[in-house]
Amino acid sequence: MSTAAPVPAARRPAPKRRAAEPSVLFDAPGPRARRRNALLTVVGSLVILGILAAIVWRLADKDQFAGKLWSPFLKGSTWTKYILPGLGHTLSAALVAAVLALAFGILFGIGRMSDHAWLRVPSAVVIEFFRAIPLLLLMYFVFSGPATISDGLNREPPHVTEFMAVVVGLMLYNGSVLAEIFRAGIQSLPRGQSEAAYALGLRKNAVMRLILVPQAVTVMLPAIISQLVVLLKDTALGYIIGYTELLNYGFKQIPANYGNLLPAAIVIAVIYIGLNMTISAVATWLERRLRHSRKRAAGTVDTTATQLPGGAATGAD
Amino acid sequence: MNWDVLFDFSPFGKESSEVLQAFWATVRLSVMTGVLSLVFGTVLVAMRVSPTPVLRRAGTVYVNIFRNTPLTLILVFTSLGLHDTLGISVSSGISANAYWLAVFGFTAYTSAFVCEALRAGINTVPIGQAEAARAIGLPFAQSLRLVILPQAFRASIAPLGSTLIAMIKNSTVVSVAGYIESAGQMKQMFDDYGATLPIFLGFAAAFMVLTLPAGLLTSYLAKRLAVVR
Repeated sequence: MSTAAPVPAARRPAPKRRAAEPSVLFDAPGPRARRRNALLTVVGSLVILGILAAIVWRLADKDQFAGKLWSPFLKGSTWTKYILPGLGHTLSAALVAAVLALAFGILFGIGRMSDHAWLRVPSAVVIEFFRAIPLLLLMYFVFSGPATISDGLNREPPHVTEFMAVVVGLMLYNGSVLAEIFRAGIQSLPRGQSEAAYALGLRKNAVMRLILVPQAVTVMLPAIISQLVVLLKDTALGYIIGYTELLNYGFKQIPANYGNLLPAAIVIAVIYIGLNMTISAVATWLERRLRHSRKRAAGTVDTTATQLPGGAATGAD
Repeated sequence: MNWDVLFDFSPFGKESSEVLQAFWATVRLSVMTGVLSLVFGTVLVAMRVSPTPVLRRAGTVYVNIFRNTPLTLILVFTSLGLHDTLGISVSSGISANAYWLAVFGFTAYTSAFVCEALRAGINTVPIGQAEAARAIGLPFAQSLRLVILPQAFRASIAPLGSTLIAMIKNSTVVSVAGYIESAGQMKQMFDDYGATLPIFLGFAAAFMVLTLPAGLLTSYLAKRLAVVR
């Protein structure tokens, strides 16, 4: 498993001349290539404008630009009554789930690296199970399973709220992915680090705590943050089981009051995109910073490199 | 005590044809979306690495929009927005229409990830490879065909595999777009028989039958075909 992150093209020092920088795919263009590129620009622009025009025409045809559909978003009450509470529910579920998932990930990630088979094997089974099944099925089961099962076993049925179902589902899935990120981070460190620590007479616990974890954290921080973007996006699954988060307000309550489904969808989508791009920007900034400050660290854990046999995707859904 | 909630797998026997049908629906949706996303994702990556700034920027904007929007939003939008509000329908049959609208939304989302997986593969090719290809006199088409793309495709296998697995699991979200597949079937059985452990485990196992081999195969291929540097 390679853990060296590829250097994205954007980060290579490239000459400032636009459209003329040579890349791995294209040489610096000569006169014929420049003419061909100009033609491509014109054709490409026309196709893109055509698609946009078709969308706008369709929207206008169905009267989606009518002022009364958009004006609710200029009123403070729409924001205070619907969007901000929805955003609050989304963020609180994401925050609680993120903290729990990190704890779950640390616990099971370390468990999977244990020297004792009785700890290693069950941890591996738990991680692989929750990574391999769809999060939506897990949420459905966490939501309705406990009541049915405790009823069948003549126990007092617990009261599972939608919030709890969303948080527990997100914790189990993202925690399992994070456990694999932790493991990849610790395994990406040079073996000499732990060997030197053992040679100094440190015990397993101290080697992990004092030597490996502090170095691994900087290596895997970008991957952890990208996984948190996935977690934030997946709170939207709460819509399906009836948790009143941003999507629920945006798609059910606002259109129910103003009949403006499309404008509401666009506003909600912009909020999600803004949130996620902000977090991703933090991850990129952090990655660059860590890369510069720790030249001799083992590179950063690539989110796609944590794929293992039977592996689910990280950062890909 | 009613131990059925922990051990009774009989609902699968009673509903075997519905369950099989639901899984067939999941497979059908995943295969169609997989193929279309691969095609559209390749178009997108061609745009993102093209020497034309307009196309590059359009590709980037598309990927940023769709990668950062929850899939649930996109799929609810295809059914409520595209179909109910804008009156776009692809087929006269209700279920065929739900299928194609779901495929449309799901492909729009997955293509962004396919594009990024392919781009990650291209980015692993060191620029020295292209320079060396030019230095030995290969023309543009040959340097792409013989040197760069073979390395890029091999490096893309692992991230594409992750995308494939994520896509199979994400197909459950399509149940919000009114297309009956495995997640919808499980919900139906939860309503009919109660949310018992065996029903959940049965559906979980069925998904593992789809995702585990995909993961094993792609990581085997990725390792087998890895470009040694």
